[in-house]
Amino acid sequence: MAELVIYGIVLGSIISLGAIGLTLVYGIIRFANFAHGDFLTAGAYSALFMATVVLSWIGIPDSNFGSLSFGWRMAIAFPFSMAAVGCVAIVLDRVLYRKLRQKGSGPVLFAMSSLGAAFIIRMIIFILWGADSLFYKPGMLRPALELPLGIKIRPDQILMLLVVLFLITTLHFFLQKTKMGKAMRATADNMELALISGIDTERIITWTWGIGGALAAAGGILYGIDVQLHPHMGWNFLIPLFAATILGTIGNMYGALIGGLTIGIAQQVSTAFLLPTYKPAVAFIIMILILLIRPEGIFGGSSR
Amino acid sequence: MIILKAEDITAGYTEVDILHDVHIRVRSGEIVSVIGPNGAGKSTLLKTIFGILKPRNGNVTLKDEDITGLKPDRIVRKGISYVPQVDNVFPSLTIQENLEMGAFIRDDDYSQRLDEVYDLFPILRERSKQKVGQLSGGQRQMVAMGRALMLDPQVLLLDEPSAGLAPVLVSMIFEKIKEVNATGVAMIIVEQNAREALKMAHHGYVLAMGKNVLDDKGEAVLANEEIARLYLGG
Repeated sequence: MAELVIYGIVLGSIISLGAIGLTLVYGIIRFANFAHGDFLTAGAYSALFMATVVLSWIGIPDSNFGSLSFGWRMAIAFPFSMAAVGCVAIVLDRVLYRKLRQKGSGPVLFAMSSLGAAFIIRMIIFILWGADSLFYKPGMLRPALELPLGIKIRPDQILMLLVVLFLITTLHFFLQKTKMGKAMRATADNMELALISGIDTERIITWTWGIGGALAAAGGILYGIDVQLHPHMGWNFLIPLFAATILGTIGNMYGALIGGLTIGIAQQVSTAFLLPTYKPAVAFIIMILILLIRPEGIFGGSSR
Repeated sequence: MIILKAEDITAGYTEVDILHDVHIRVRSGEIVSVIGPNGAGKSTLLKTIFGILKPRNGNVTLKDEDITGLKPDRIVRKGISYVPQVDNVFPSLTIQENLEMGAFIRDDDYSQRLDEVYDLFPILRERSKQKVGQLSGGQRQMVAMGRALMLDPQVLLLDEPSAGLAPVLVSMIFEKIKEVNATGVAMIIVEQNAREALKMAHHGYVLAMGKNVLDDKGEAVLANEEIARLYLGG
């Protein structure tokens, strides 16, 4: 059981990375970006491309760090892929969502366009890499460490948790301490007043997409390292992402973090009683329960 | 010296004009109160001056510069700040962060200005780390004014600063407005609380049905019997 909780935290931290981006974007431009799951996929495949094509061509050695399942190639590919998907998200906003904003389109148009964008991203990945599951390191043995209480955890997973912790702490300081971060929160609070104060809200929106895309990419790569890559991987994450976002109150970054961990743990623990195939259903059931019982989420309240 | 001038303003939303050939003048350092019944176009006038609405006709001049049709983010840089009637704070940000957002476009060190704003509203300094969403209506109104004052504007536009406040807070906010004005900020105040607004005003404008009805010294408008009967409740 303790082991399932730990695996749940690993899965949950990946969900959190995606959910934080989803919730930030929702907080600022008030629409549910159905393409967000596919940002995870794009990140995972972008890192695959970097590690196996670009960096191997440059001549970066393919050796692993200690008992981890990856080495310099992944360490370099990771930040570059985050940046790449951040750019993809910004470009998507420029060519698609900004146009809709300027026309004053309704939420249904936004939702449908983001569904379309999701299909486009996924189909590009299908075309380039095919429909099979892939691994960053095929055929790797990934031995687990034995911790007290009989908990088995792979060194990869410990590092993954540290990476997530680092990313979230960095984002926290960015949002709380920097001028741009504060302006992002202000714009999410009251876009009209942000404009009146002279804040360039289009620039804020660009930053938000960049950060959301980059975090989603990180989540996708970590999932790829932990499990495997598949063109549907991000799409399958969409329900957990939305469940985490709604559970933690839409627009609240810290809520998305708690929500993501909760959903991840619930999904993994459920495998003690249910077939693992039902994992996505667990997230779906939690989402429906929140919507029925407390639609404003755990952090929702009058004072926001 | 006339610092802000709007002339022959015709403006409104989409197809319908709300203002018809309206004019208003503000001299430096003075309070101008705009009163009139609901729907007279008072708030529309402020929105047009601040560039939220584009006038169909007429022009707005700040000092000698034509600022007609500029967007709010340009106008705020020219030295006009605006406090909307509702949604005029960032509720999930702290008081201090709200004031910092007021100074967003300043790249210099504005700590001195922050001190001056805190001196005007000492209660805000005490609670600077508190989220604005948790404050009372009167304190929120102070945050809203404080945010707008961070740029040290030449003209401050206040839309119904006393709306929704308890009577005791109304007089407190009007006292604060006088204090702000005493620091040399000219202002246009749109108010339902017409009598109080005219008492402290150097000049008063009466609007009705989107047209100028009267403009005169504040006390002269107050003393006008017909205005008193029509708009000040007897």
